[in-house]
Amino acid sequence: MTDVKKASGSSMGFEETLKAQANQLKDLIDSGDMSGALSIISDLNKTRDKTLYQEIGRLTRSLHESIRNFHIDSANSNDSELSSIEDASDRLNYVVDMTNKAANKTLDLVEATMPYASGISSEAQQLKEDWSRLQRKEMKPEEFRILTATMGTFLAKLCDDSDKVYANLSEILLTQDFQDLTGQVIKRVIGLVKDVEVSLVDLVRMAGKVDELTGTVHKIEKQETSIEGEGPQLHADKRDDLVAGQDDVDDLLSSLGF
Amino acid sequence: MNKDMKILVVDDFSTMRRIIKNLLRDLGFSNADEADDGNTALPMLQTGKYDFLVTDWNMPGMTGIELLQHVRADDNLKTLPVLMVTAEAKRDQIVAAAQAGVNGYVVKPFTAAVLKEKIEKIFERIDS
Repeated sequence: MTDVKKASGSSMGFEETLKAQANQLKDLIDSGDMSGALSIISDLNKTRDKTLYQEIGRLTRSLHESIRNFHIDSANSNDSELSSIEDASDRLNYVVDMTNKAANKTLDLVEATMPYASGISSEAQQLKEDWSRLQRKEMKPEEFRILTATMGTFLAKLCDDSDKVYANLSEILLTQDFQDLTGQVIKRVIGLVKDVEVSLVDLVRMAGKVDELTGTVHKIEKQETSIEGEGPQLHADKRDDLVAGQDDVDDLLSSLGF
Repeated sequence: MNKDMKILVVDDFSTMRRIIKNLLRDLGFSNADEADDGNTALPMLQTGKYDFLVTDWNMPGMTGIELLQHVRADDNLKTLPVLMVTAEAKRDQIVAAAQAGVNGYVVKPFTAAVLKEKIEKIFERIDS
């Protein structure tokens, strides 16, 4: 049984021991040596248990390592030192705040600018009609005097209003600087997510070894198609369960009798 | 189509509600209220005598599809025209919305022209 002790270092060793002793076990059973056979079975069990404990130990250590690396447990850390995950959440909340502020500011400015545009348009429309009457020489002298006065006021107002429109447009332009800041933040969070993924894949690999030793088979349930809300879809062009745009929606609905 | 009709705009993002309200105003509909999810919207619909519901799908609390199902199950609301304006773009979802009795479906991002066309289509059908 020295082989067993030597090979107990890893699950690979366990597999080799299993292979080596399987034949021996068969021979013993064939020859009717039941106590010998049972002793081999019990040895195999011990080896398996030992290997299993080692793998679980390794898994636990890796888990601790990962948690330490990502400072997931902020309970032990100082308040000033955020865990990476908390930090990432804070950063993403910052993105939500920034985009929300920028969108609201842009909407404020657009709403403030629209009345200038519609005011200029409706006054210009009125003046255009008067102007045509003047060109057709249909205007009486007193009407002409009113027109010149109106034109004067309109031109002055046009100067003021177009300055305001220009100023609001420049401010809308500046409001788009959030894209730079939020972009940087999102890229940092993507980096963290990738690091976490690498560690998780390692953990899954180790957990897989434990499953192998215990003979655990996980039933992977097939994902059912769901109508749960998912938000905006990425890679819509690579998925065939998605519509490509409004035209597709319209086609689908009209095929349903809409 | 009555331009004074009372409209309820339901979306969890205030900016999207503002955008939709602005577009509706440009189309001549200035009588619009807002709600941030189905749980807020449903009591408003039940007491507020609304003529038209524009709702997002994915919202915390009660989602848009649940709101639609509640509306269709309510005797006083079951004929209320409902337009869904959402980022949800799975075929199964659109079919489910149609089965739940939606009157129109607009996928985000959308244009003012699409919104106008769908609203006109909904009321053309109802008026005819």
